[in-house]
Amino acid sequence: MSDSQFSTKQIARESALSTNKVLRNTYALLSLTLIFSAVMAMVSTTMNVGYGASLACTFGALALIWFVLPRTAESGAGVAVVFAFTGLLGFGLGPILNHYLSMANGGELIATSMGGTAAIFLGLSGYALTTQRDFSFLGGFLFAGLIIVLLAAFAGIFLQMPGLWLAINAAVIMLFSGFILFDTSRIINGGETNYVLATTGIFLSIYNIFTSLLHLLGFANE
Amino acid sequence: MSALEIGYALLIVALLIFIFPAAKYWLKNSPKAEKGDWQAFLFPISMVIAFVAILMLIVAR
Repeated sequence: MSDSQFSTKQIARESALSTNKVLRNTYALLSLTLIFSAVMAMVSTTMNVGYGASLACTFGALALIWFVLPRTAESGAGVAVVFAFTGLLGFGLGPILNHYLSMANGGELIATSMGGTAAIFLGLSGYALTTQRDFSFLGGFLFAGLIIVLLAAFAGIFLQMPGLWLAINAAVIMLFSGFILFDTSRIINGGETNYVLATTGIFLSIYNIFTSLLHLLGFANE
Repeated sequence: MSALEIGYALLIVALLIFIFPAAKYWLKNSPKAEKGDWQAFLFPISMVIAFVAILMLIVAR
């Protein structure tokens, strides 16, 4: 074997090891933050937190992702920031969960939504990992879709059309399913080497799929 | 219009401002899809749509 062949193989091996490390750390941090977020959601449900506090938590989480995370993502403090914003988002789920828990089969709806979200995430991650395909070509499409959905949601606040909200929730599930493929393939193909940022992206996808699935199931239930 | 609705509207505006730089970057720099890429994306997404539809049907019964 020539020196150049040896070094190419060595570089490929080191790259694969590095990718596996990012993936392993991402899934480990994701598991812990999902548990922490669920605990915070239970706390806020018990405390009967209102929609105003929930909105304030969402603003707080956005501020952390926007202003603090970019400065701390490369250090150990980034992990603490991820726990802080996932905790805030989990806490902000309280009023939504209480709304569904007040229904006769609300607990069943929430459990179905959680199970459905887990199945979607595991299925899509497994698909991205086994195919090893590069889904980075989706970047422009997904972000353009996200802007359209946000604009539709903005209009929905003023128009008060139940059908529009149904369409928005369905679009959110499809869009964030695409983001799971996009984010996972970026980790596999070396586009994302920071597990803190990778966890943030996948957590937000899971969070949005869960809430939208819960709304859709709530609509179907009614 | 309630204060809560104004709050949600402001949150959406903040989200739009937040994602705009990333959206601009990916709209400019996304690699072109190769042959079979869109099919590879549409297959799992159609599975997700079917799965959600089945869940909704189960809940509606």
